[in-house]
Amino acid sequence: MNTRLADRAALATTVTLGVAFAAFFLLPFAGLVARALQDGRTWEIMTGATARKAMTLSLWTSAVTVVLTIVFGTPAAYFLARASFRGKAILDGFIDLPIVLPPTVAGVALLTAFGRRGLVGEPIDHWTGITFGFTSVAVVMAQVLVSAPFYVRAAKSGFERVDLQQEQVAYTLGASRTKTFFRIAVPEAQPALVAGLVLCWARALGELGATLIFAGNLEGRTQTMPLAIISAFEGTSLGLAGAIALSLMLLAVALAVLTALRLAISRSGAVVSGR
Amino acid sequence: MTIADPSMRRSRSRLAAAVAMAVTVALAAGCGSGNATPAPSSAGTAGAPTASHPTVVGNITVFAASSLTDAFTEAAKAFHARNPGVAVQFNFASSSALATQINEGAPADVFASADQAQMQVVADRSGVVDPAVFATNVPVVVTPKGSAAVRSFADLAKPGIKLVLAAKDVPIGKYARDVLQRASGAGGIAPDFATKVLANLKSDEANVRAVLAKVQLGEADAGIVYVTDIGAAKDDVNRIEIPAAYNVVAEYPIAVLKPSKAPTAARAFVTFLRSAEGQAILQKYGFQPG
Repeated sequence: MNTRLADRAALATTVTLGVAFAAFFLLPFAGLVARALQDGRTWEIMTGATARKAMTLSLWTSAVTVVLTIVFGTPAAYFLARASFRGKAILDGFIDLPIVLPPTVAGVALLTAFGRRGLVGEPIDHWTGITFGFTSVAVVMAQVLVSAPFYVRAAKSGFERVDLQQEQVAYTLGASRTKTFFRIAVPEAQPALVAGLVLCWARALGELGATLIFAGNLEGRTQTMPLAIISAFEGTSLGLAGAIALSLMLLAVALAVLTALRLAISRSGAVVSGR
Repeated sequence: MTIADPSMRRSRSRLAAAVAMAVTVALAAGCGSGNATPAPSSAGTAGAPTASHPTVVGNITVFAASSLTDAFTEAAKAFHARNPGVAVQFNFASSSALATQINEGAPADVFASADQAQMQVVADRSGVVDPAVFATNVPVVVTPKGSAAVRSFADLAKPGIKLVLAAKDVPIGKYARDVLQRASGAGGIAPDFATKVLANLKSDEANVRAVLAKVQLGEADAGIVYVTDIGAAKDDVNRIEIPAAYNVVAEYPIAVLKPSKAPTAARAFVTFLRSAEGQAILQKYGFQPG
């Protein structure tokens, strides 16, 4: 009887903590929605040119960021998971650094490297006349720097958990390294890869500080949704109402994409496990 | 570290404001003394009141435009020397951000804005007492040291120049655009000057310090900032005066806020800023008398 009582108390505690936790996360969103509904301009702002241009830019730059992160980050993650060499711990640390770095500093760091007076930016400007600042390319660079580490971290731990024996068996049975990688390592690590990509994309979509510093803020060229939101907040024409309307729009799109992704994965996951 | 300074200072002052607000809210809830804010923030915060001449007593929180950071910090020290019973604490940010914070209920006693528009925003929603101009400031063009891309005000219209301005909703961004309009068609300047200059615009920065940083780093060929902002950056930038014929004068209004719980102390600070001593400190930092 006593244990049943203890069980009940534990259940009650768990539920209370869970509800309090959920309320803490949901209330700020409820506040935004309530405020947006009060304001007569919300819909007008959401359908306006600023919102459309910023959303379009945010979606395509974050998509490019994800593609670049997969192409360049996957081999790096696989290498880090499989290779062992002196100084690997330090290299690991360097890949994690942008997660620690305040985004504003990440932006300054990009300028010191790729800016017009930066380490490689200056010679590139001198020899080719190409500069990165104030272009959509700079937006993508800022996003990759701050968000790719989330993918690489997740992918690395995913590859580490893949059974090495399976890979070796496939290899000794005559499968090429490439085939082994795509047939064994990638499917086995898939949940981790996807989780990493989701984090990476979400971080890229929300990126503000590094973009402001490195890419600047110009509608249609470098003004992504977070920049449009902060511009509205700091300005007089859209103001707080604008910042809230644009934030809700960004949150809605993010929620839609993430939910669609989850559904798509749970379906493909069923296929994979049923092979 | 001079590179990171402007933006870091800004986020630091924001953090300080957030901490101050959290502490104030906690105190107000805890012991009902809504105005007794301790001093977690930057310089300029005066210590506990001493008992020498307690003519005015109270703790005040001043919300001030970021361009006033250095001048107000020094002014508060001088003010505290004369009014030991008053502790002054600051929240520096862009005027528009401050106006939003005040209208959302932030515990401020005094608002010093970089333009009349934001003062009006606060007056309409929260209420202010006798707003008056206490200082003025003038816009100037800045270019990176060692860059020859822009040598004169007229050069701003040269095709291919990388220009950064504050966004058009930010006071200095609006002043900059006003200057360009006024210059267009004025003696010897083409009527389409403003259009040509704005075609060179590469970024709408969130505030004046961000404009300065882009120029300091050489990322932009030119920007328009307040003359008072150059201070710490004077080794990195050249200054090009805008001819007075079409320059504008930025007016800084200040007012005690209606919801203030320490209106007497707040009024004393405003009066001090408008006194000869207060005006002398402001002029030291490049402001003109209001």
